[in-house]
Amino acid sequence: MTEGTRKNRVLIAKPGLDGHDRGAKIIARALRDDGFEVVYTGIRQTPDEIAVIAIQEDVAAIGLSSLSGAHLSLFPAVVDELKKADAEEIPVLGGGIIPDEDIPQLKKAGITEIFGPGTPISGILKAFRDACERYHNKR
Amino acid sequence: MKKHPRLDNWEENELKKSISRFPERKERFTNHGGQEISRLALPKDIDEDYLNNLGFPGQYPFTRGVQPTMYRGRFWTMRQYAGFSTAAESNKRYRYLLDQGTTGLSIAFDLPTQIGYDSDDPMSIGEVGKVGVAIDSLADMETLFDQIPLDKVSTSMTINSPAAILLAMYVALGEKQGVASNQLRGTIQNDVLKEYVARGTYIFPPKPSLRLITNIFQWCSEQMPAFNTISISGYHIREAGSTAIQEIAFTLANAVTYVQTALDAGLEIDTFAGRLAFFFNASSDLLEEIAKFRAARRLWARIMKERFGAKKPSSLMLRFHTQTAGNTLTAKQIDNNIVRVTIQALSAIFGGTQSLHTNSKDEALSLPTEDSVRTALRTQQIIAHESGVANTVDPLAGSFYIEELTDRIEREAATLMDKVEEEGGVVACIEQGFIQRHIEDASYDYQEKVESGERIIVGMNQFQIEENIKPPLLRVDPAIEQAQVESLARLKKDRDNKNVNASLTHLKKAAQGDENLMPVILEAVKQYATLGEICNVLRAEFGEYKDRG
Repeated sequence: MTEGTRKNRVLIAKPGLDGHDRGAKIIARALRDDGFEVVYTGIRQTPDEIAVIAIQEDVAAIGLSSLSGAHLSLFPAVVDELKKADAEEIPVLGGGIIPDEDIPQLKKAGITEIFGPGTPISGILKAFRDACERYHNKR
Repeated sequence: MKKHPRLDNWEENELKKSISRFPERKERFTNHGGQEISRLALPKDIDEDYLNNLGFPGQYPFTRGVQPTMYRGRFWTMRQYAGFSTAAESNKRYRYLLDQGTTGLSIAFDLPTQIGYDSDDPMSIGEVGKVGVAIDSLADMETLFDQIPLDKVSTSMTINSPAAILLAMYVALGEKQGVASNQLRGTIQNDVLKEYVARGTYIFPPKPSLRLITNIFQWCSEQMPAFNTISISGYHIREAGSTAIQEIAFTLANAVTYVQTALDAGLEIDTFAGRLAFFFNASSDLLEEIAKFRAARRLWARIMKERFGAKKPSSLMLRFHTQTAGNTLTAKQIDNNIVRVTIQALSAIFGGTQSLHTNSKDEALSLPTEDSVRTALRTQQIIAHESGVANTVDPLAGSFYIEELTDRIEREAATLMDKVEEEGGVVACIEQGFIQRHIEDASYDYQEKVESGERIIVGMNQFQIEENIKPPLLRVDPAIEQAQVESLARLKKDRDNKNVNASLTHLKKAAQGDENLMPVILEAVKQYATLGEICNVLRAEFGEYKDRG
């Protein structure tokens, strides 16, 4: 397959114990409708499980969703697991009930984009397209 | 005109009995102009159609409410769901609420507790104390209810898969306080079926989960007659994106499954049906929501009478708690959320709810602050004391539109319930993803309409402004995770571990057989076996349910 026709493959994951998956499922479906190939993990994944799936499935980006307030520990933990597995070039994006004031800390920890409540889907799709492009260009 | 004999009969029986037990709030209810407000407005001609479809409040099919005088006797219970951090912190909040005149508590547990993990489990990292209080053992429950006499409060616990364990801890705590189990009042959510399709705190597969639920029904019918053994919940199905009709259909289908499972286990319908409670969502479409509540009440009464042959009036009554719709709250212009909550709360009152939780304006951002919780409670108090809507029973009955919509929602929900049965019943539908697909399609359809602007969300996709206001947010101190882990380690050192192990071995054997597990779990919690230890024994015997993704 040539670079130009490669389908963007992404992982949507629910780290931690949070069961609110409405948003994650909507994003997964919107990405599919937009031409992405989407792997959705289902709920209750540990950070290392997410890293393993991302590598096995050879995805170009990871989207994390958490609405339980555990994002400050769980999102950076996924980035750490990717580092441990030498896969830190896979960009990690995040969304959920995340107050604006947490965004700098998450970005510092290596999460490239954060989407709070009410973010339009078009903006999220664009962020995933950009993230995938950056990933493919790096490789 | 001569009084209809059925009206006469209702006045002489249900109404008289009700008023003698619970006198109305006032001798005479009047509006602003001083005119008397009638208790129950009726059509000029009481015909068969009226009697069959609406009837009188407190009488089958309960369309107009489950009590003859409704809120003229007593307002709905204003019950705000709360809990965070440690048992000691939450205890402080509950005692504050009780000092303010609350009589009902509603306990929010953190996710590890809800999914059966102790605070020191690797799965619990980052989640301890976040969305509710962390409970590892009876010791934490003792702290949670310190100086709160269990014979004076009713306690609602949002706990599902490990409901038997938390219920056992509550009973054990009652014993320590000298309160017998038959004096305990409250509710456990205990509705695992909706966890598989909407809320996500399942542990075991459906079959052993249904066994635990039936064990609770049976044990409570003998030991805890004043306790609601389940709160069958449409709330989370709706939050996951379902329509109003799907909310009713899937909730009542779940309810039918619980009833059938209990009957199959040999229980007698009227021994447990009166303790089944429900929990619905109040969303923003005011008229649709009002009709939904009324339709649900009538549909359930008909199912219980016609399908299951229940006889006691309490077995036929759909009593429900309502919470306003969290998913409608916006993170922009958050004061607008107070208005949304007011409209939603009104639908619940017009719909005849027994209790109500109003969401706070800041909940699209974090757990609510004490100030915003107070405004949410004040919203209910304004509706109760100022709006006048609580002074007459079922005021919208007879509106052509409301009755047409009530009929339609009942009919369409019944059709969808039939479809679930045709597909093999609820458990098969969950395993095949049938229910999940229906919810996801509705959720995606709604989202597309919001994205395209066909559905206007004020302040979000229309009427936006530039805002740079940072509302104060409630934060849970991350240090409490370590504190909770340390206190758990102390407990495990100090308790009699020989007795703990013996009780866990007993539980393992009991789980392999078919005896009622409640007494065995009660014994284990009294020995201070932890929630995680008990759940791990059951996980080993029952297996674990996995999300299909």
